[in-house]
Amino acid sequence: MSKFITLLVFTFLTVLLYAQDGPKNEPVQMADFMRSNGKIYVVVAVVVTILVGLFVYLVSVDRKISKLEKGSKV
Amino acid sequence: MLRQSWWKILCIVLLLITFIAGFLGNVPAKPILNETIRNLYFHVSMWFCMMIFFTVSLVYSIKFLRSNKMVHDWYALAFAQSGIMFGVLGLLTGMIWAGYTWGKPWSNDPKQIGAAIALLIYFAYLVLRNSLTDDMRKAKTSAVYNVFAYAMLFPTIWIIPRMVESLHPGGMGNPALNTDDIDGRMRMIFWPAAIPGWTLLGIWITTLRIRLKMLEEHKLNTQSR
Repeated sequence: MSKFITLLVFTFLTVLLYAQDGPKNEPVQMADFMRSNGKIYVVVAVVVTILVGLFVYLVSVDRKISKLEKGSKV
Repeated sequence: MLRQSWWKILCIVLLLITFIAGFLGNVPAKPILNETIRNLYFHVSMWFCMMIFFTVSLVYSIKFLRSNKMVHDWYALAFAQSGIMFGVLGLLTGMIWAGYTWGKPWSNDPKQIGAAIALLIYFAYLVLRNSLTDDMRKAKTSAVYNVFAYAMLFPTIWIIPRMVESLHPGGMGNPALNTDDIDGRMRMIFWPAAIPGWTLLGIWITTLRIRLKMLEEHKLNTQSR
């Protein structure tokens, strides 16, 4: 088991090694401006809020079904 | 497994990692794609999930044909429904992405058409189920159909898109992604977090459907007694 875990860890460690991008003629436009302003965090906050909300909803549905199951002893 | 909670917590953690690292992590700068390369964590995961759920659905259909236990039919149905859900989301997100990178949402690309045909075949699975009233007959016919529907995934999603030119990454090779486009930073999020996270979320929703179906049947049985 520990061998397997070591294998898994090293598999993902190796993919961290990446070559530099080749020579570029013109810089490719990325959202650096947004990040330098720190406003990308606003988007992340919104998305994470939605995600957490959906999880809370899913858990509550899960609990309701569990309660019904207890009631009818499936 | 059905009612344990550890994998649900794992699902929440993995998806939170995907969403936070997916937006904040560094990605390779590519022309045309720009920041949309981050869609890999979301759009591509949808298709991986669809394939996983259709495969599970096929396994339960075969199990049903071997055992004739209705519970296997419920599993097959629920996983097929989840697969269709993820497939539709994959197609829609692909269209949004294509609108900004290929110029228009639907360019009759062989990969788009193939995916649409595959989904239509699975829609027919649901229509077929609803057209039969006898439960046993419904389960048997749809299980056989499910095996053929899965077989149709191979030409529509795996073979034809590999043989023809396409705008989609991975042109003539891999139908889903060009592995040269992403680097180790993205792979570290995609394989250990995005794919298992989305898959677990789908399984979670599917198990809820299965449990509801079991409750329904239980209620029907106790009422008729």
